[in-house]
Amino acid sequence: MLYLDKVNYIYQKGTAMEMPALHDVSIEIRDGEFIGIIGHTGSGKSTLIQHLNGLVRPTGGNIYYNGRDIWDEDFSRKELRTKVGLVFQYPEYQLFETTVEKDVEFGPSNMKLPKLEVQLRAFEALKTVGIGEDLYDVSPFDLSGGQKRRVAIAGVLAMKPEVIVLDEPTAGLDPCGRDEILEAIDHIREERKITVVLVSHSMEDVARFVDRLIVMDHGCVRFDGPTKEVFQNYEELEKIGLAAPQVTYLTAALIKRGIPLPGIATTVEEAREMLKAVTGVK
Amino acid sequence: MLRDITLGQYYPSQSVIHRLDPRVKLTATLLFIVSMFLFHTFVGYIIAGICLATVIIISKVPFKFMMKGLKTIWFLLIFTMFFNIFLTSGTPVFQWRFITVTKEGLTTAAFMGLRLFFLIIGSSLMTLTTTPNQLTSGMETGLRWMKKIHVPVHEISMMMSIALRFIPILMEETDRIMKAQQARGADFEEGKFMDRIKALVPVFVPLFVSAFRRANELAMAMEARCYHGDEGRTSMKPLRYARRDGIAYLLLLLYIVVIVATDRVVLGLL
Repeated sequence: MLYLDKVNYIYQKGTAMEMPALHDVSIEIRDGEFIGIIGHTGSGKSTLIQHLNGLVRPTGGNIYYNGRDIWDEDFSRKELRTKVGLVFQYPEYQLFETTVEKDVEFGPSNMKLPKLEVQLRAFEALKTVGIGEDLYDVSPFDLSGGQKRRVAIAGVLAMKPEVIVLDEPTAGLDPCGRDEILEAIDHIREERKITVVLVSHSMEDVARFVDRLIVMDHGCVRFDGPTKEVFQNYEELEKIGLAAPQVTYLTAALIKRGIPLPGIATTVEEAREMLKAVTGVK
Repeated sequence: MLRDITLGQYYPSQSVIHRLDPRVKLTATLLFIVSMFLFHTFVGYIIAGICLATVIIISKVPFKFMMKGLKTIWFLLIFTMFFNIFLTSGTPVFQWRFITVTKEGLTTAAFMGLRLFFLIIGSSLMTLTTTPNQLTSGMETGLRWMKKIHVPVHEISMMMSIALRFIPILMEETDRIMKAQQARGADFEEGKFMDRIKALVPVFVPLFVSAFRRANELAMAMEARCYHGDEGRTSMKPLRYARRDGIAYLLLLLYIVVIVATDRVVLGLL
């Protein structure tokens, strides 16, 4: 669906402040996938996702959406942005209207849809992310951190995108707000069956949800594969400043001590099942 | 788009101009601006142009980078020149219905355009070679005598340094906000004039909200570090004149003398 072919990006090209951000990144994003992108600060993950909906023009390489180059003269990037929804890290960057409902309507009303359809889409989106009707007329600036993010996600979701890209949706939230967001994302996937790309630096979150993991380091793709397989390389992940979920270390240590687990676990539930099977305790 | 504004941006490099005392550069810029109004003939423009070009070459700031800063004020330039061409009375060289172009109009337009161009390049050269911090500390020390007449020099320079410090931050933030709204289908490039203005509302609201939040946080952080204003405040890098600064002052004086003198001479000849 989305295909990046050797994408390169250099910030402020042609000045003294030139800074390479992406180097030969080739990724294919297929229909219905749940992808996680991890990497430490400055690894290029935020730059990468801004390429997905044509907000940033690559300084080298091509990006294809359903087989068409998105930087072709006659390709409408405005339309692409309704198909590939991007939610930025801070909801403060996009909330501006007087009420939650109006704010969510901003996206679909830019698509020149009839008023009723716009409203309907806003309601649906707000419902999907779990914002109750009592908050529709509240100013988005009066919401809690977790609520703001959910409204921001709804604002993108209301355009009915085929892919939704979320940039660190849980960063800076308390555990309660974090769970709210993750549940909302899970709900979106279940309900709409769309492709989700989740940028995160929380290994636990990623391990719990995503099927495929892309690891970025210094503007390059270091690993790209099923979550479990990628976490097998936890020693290498550590070298580039990342880590596997804590439970992975625990199971790895248990195996080293001679406990015959079938392999390393990436989530707590998985580890529990394994231990139950091995010890026979119910 | 927003990255093209070079006015007020610093260009890191290792040149004599960069190392000059900020007070020298401030005085030089001020005198350069004043000098623009001290001459009446084309010779002055040539001398000013040569001097400016020399300083640019010494400063090692690429000329292309400077021109990028002009992009945003092309409009002002053209606007000024346009009115000068059509609204100056004198000997007509071209006439069509009610439009008259005069010889005087053309020369004033050319000179005005050139003058504006020099002013902008000259002042952006200062900001390109001086960090905002140096600039304000230069202003504070340079204008310290004004405290005697109760001008809050320190407060003004602190406000200025904060404002300057926030320009790149707010610019980057604007960029991000615009992207976030574009991701929701906002369009800043198409539509009628009024539509485009309306399209800026979703950018300005989050920008103002964030600016106020930042200002609040900064005030809190300053208070937490016991900022109490001017009294008894010392500087980490106190400004001290070096030999090159003396030379720069001399050259500056020479420039003013030469530009005024040649102008008088040429005026006498004409």
